[in-house]
Amino acid sequence: MPVKLSMTVNGKPVSAEAEPRTLLVDFIRDQLRLTGTHIGCDTAQCGACTIHLNGNAVKSCNMLALQAQGATITTIEGITGPDGSLHPMQAAFRDHHGLQCGYCTPGMVMSAIDLVKRHPHPSEQTIRAELDGNLCRCTGYHGIVKAVEAGAKAMG
Amino acid sequence: MYAFNYHKASSVADAAARLSAGVDAKLLAGGQTLIAALKMRLAAPSDLIDLGGIAEMRGVRTEGGKLVIGAMTTHAQVAASQDVRQSMPALAVLAASIGDRMVRNMGTLGGSVANADPAADYPAAVIGLGATIITNKRGIGADDFFKGMYETALQPGEIITQVAFPIPQKCGYAKFANPASRYAIVGVLVAQTGGGVRVGVTGAGPCAFRVPEMEKALVANFAPDAVASVKISHTSLNSDLHASAEYRAHLVAVMAKRAVAAALGQ
Ligand SMILES: Cc1cc2nc3c(=O)[nH]c(=O)nc-3n(C[C@H](O)[C@H](O)[C@H](O)COP(=O)(O)OP(=O)(O)OC[C@H]3O[C@@H](n4cnc5c(N)ncnc54)[C@H](O)[C@@H]3O)c2cc1C
Ligand code: FES
Ligand code: FES
Repeated sequence: MPVKLSMTVNGKPVSAEAEPRTLLVDFIRDQLRLTGTHIGCDTAQCGACTIHLNGNAVKSCNMLALQAQGATITTIEGITGPDGSLHPMQAAFRDHHGLQCGYCTPGMVMSAIDLVKRHPHPSEQTIRAELDGNLCRCTGYHGIVKAVEAGAKAMG
Repeated sequence: MYAFNYHKASSVADAAARLSAGVDAKLLAGGQTLIAALKMRLAAPSDLIDLGGIAEMRGVRTEGGKLVIGAMTTHAQVAASQDVRQSMPALAVLAASIGDRMVRNMGTLGGSVANADPAADYPAAVIGLGATIITNKRGIGADDFFKGMYETALQPGEIITQVAFPIPQKCGYAKFANPASRYAIVGVLVAQTGGGVRVGVTGAGPCAFRVPEMEKALVANFAPDAVASVKISHTSLNSDLHASAEYRAHLVAVMAKRAVAAALGQ
């Protein structure tokens, strides 16, 4: 039986009906039509679905939407400025070749912002360790690491 | 994923009541193991009882020489806790080494211990530190808790509420991690306490276990070289695509050495 789900997504209260077995990522993509959050695997390994749940990065494919009942969620769509300008971390990914196909990028950017919150001046080693849960099949990661370094400075 | 009824428990008592009321009810902690099992239809519970809203099951406190950690405390919270970092740094290191940041933000101590995955990290700490698993019914000593692969002493309807870790004089953790998942191929936690030394091993066997020969050697001489000569038999150890039983037996000694070195701050 569908149940009512309410949460705050990208600053706005939302409500919708969903089956209890609905994954948070499917709720975000199918019900809320926020398709920037990607699904890259079926095994909670790739991190393409990373969002912020009450300020912490989590994999939205590995939890039920109901586990986020009443929570505050930020997706990749929610980080741009009010005028639609890119978040400094997004701009850094563009400027430093942090992406090729772009499939992993929303998750990378959401993880990177969470990382900078805890490590405002991350070393290369810290960035590589902290992005452990985000896989990229294109870039070889060097551009991503450079982008996160630059994004951290810009977020300063 | 098959359909199920969902309940958000308001307290441990409420969760226990709902657990016994359901036909085939299951507890949901962080979901980092259970959701995957539901997706693959390896589990098909009638009811899921979410422990996520129970405040009394979260947090770390020091009580009479023990660190008492709520079952719903996440790996990230354990890793960041000042109390944990001060009184048993190895536990903070262990929690910080689990999976990745997103897994650590959801996964919980209680879920990991209840699941008793042979490659999970926390069982090494439960065994190595001689923790007590506190449930809604009783306290279970570490040496009586793990029974086999994914098997524990928990009875149907039993809920882990806290885990109490006696604060050791020194402790260290070393893990040879699977490079993809970060699960332990072998992980060893060594603790020196007033009552002796404990060595807890995960990843190597069907469930976490102690190594009495190493404990004896370390009581005589708490130094990395003391464990290097202890031979571990591979006969009851796990063999899989990641490592053979012989390789795991070898790794137990190597990780034990590193854990002792870590305990000594080397
Ligand atoms: C990509 C990935 C990498 C991982 N890497 C590691 C790793 O390196 N090391 C490691 O140790 N783990 C790893 N894990 C597992 C992770 O630590 C899980 O969080 C943990 O094993 C289960 O905890 P949970 O809170 O998510 O429990 P859940 O998945 O919610 O529950 C697991 C089981 O425990 C039962 N349960 C939960 N809470 C209780 C309770 N309080 N009392 C009784 N029963 C309970 C549930 O009914 C269920 O059967 C990884 C997971 C993923 C997805
Ligand atoms: S889609 Fe969530 S981790 Fe791959
Ligand atoms: S840019 Fe293609 S997967 Fe990362």
